[in-house]
Amino acid sequence: MKYIKQITVIMLISFAGEGLHALLPLPVPASIYGLVLMLALLISGILPLSKVEETADFLVSIMPVMFIPAAVGLLGAWGILRPVLLPVGVITAAVTVIVMAVTGGLTQLFIKMKKGDR
Amino acid sequence: MEFISLSSFFGVALSLCAYIIGLFVQSRTKKSICNPLLIAIVLTMAFLLASGISYEDYNISAKYLSYLLTPTTICLAVPLYRKLELLKRNFAAIIGGITSGVIASMGSVWLLCTLFGLDHTMYVTLLPKSITTAIGMGVSEELGGIVNLTVAVIILTGVLGSIIAPAVVKIFRITDPVAAGIAIGTASHAIGTSKAMEMGETEGAMSSLSIAVSGLITVIFASFFAGLL
Repeated sequence: MKYIKQITVIMLISFAGEGLHALLPLPVPASIYGLVLMLALLISGILPLSKVEETADFLVSIMPVMFIPAAVGLLGAWGILRPVLLPVGVITAAVTVIVMAVTGGLTQLFIKMKKGDR
Repeated sequence: MEFISLSSFFGVALSLCAYIIGLFVQSRTKKSICNPLLIAIVLTMAFLLASGISYEDYNISAKYLSYLLTPTTICLAVPLYRKLELLKRNFAAIIGGITSGVIASMGSVWLLCTLFGLDHTMYVTLLPKSITTAIGMGVSEELGGIVNLTVAVIILTGVLGSIIAPAVVKIFRITDPVAAGIAIGTASHAIGTSKAMEMGETEGAMSSLSIAVSGLITVIFASFFAGLL
């Protein structure tokens, strides 16, 4: 029973996220509306954590395998990737490292600055 | 072989077996380049190419793995909720950090596209590369980019981010788990987040938050950056 209820809640919120995506003219996917909605329900106390916790933790723990089909689909993108492989490859790799280092370094600095204020 | 193109389980079974092999290789080698997701992708591709089974036949059942992505992304609210106090306490630093990351992302795409002499279409195709696929596709389409190529680059970014995350965090001395999570999510969206979740619950929660926030900030700044090249 517990799992049926938890899955039902998660699927209902997914459906609501899909509804918001269809209704609102913003470039926000259903999953992000759903994430914000789930967080709002948890914070407001309308949805107690215990009503979704185990199923949510299970799904999050198996998340990496869900990316396999889309990535294998890159096989079909080979035709458009090949002519631009060198610049696109270099830019993708460089930007990923730069963004990770800059974001982490600055966030850490901002956290320290705030601690220093106190 | 005929039955494979009709199978309702082949694609899922192949993907999962490939991932299990990836986990096994990683546990044996302990090298972050032996990322289970990367190994699973390469093995699955190699199997399809070697056997001549089409992606469409594979995806008859593999699509159900993709199907779970929306409910699972929504479930990222749960670890985030457990770390709500940490989020509230560091709110300004987190928003400031993600905004800086988004500017660094689009700024460095601009700089490198200029250096490589790429045209406007390629530039706007690459502009949303760091954000989650669904938002990135929308941004690319809006700006006149090649949407299929944007999707490919977003996936490459995510897989690369999940492989290099532990090394980048170490080399740049990002010791604070909040900062590490924000960095991984802002640079490599949901695929990076699945790695951040393995590194720790704080890293995972903060990375989840960054997927949504960096996506939205990118939408706000994208048209300004698009005008630069």
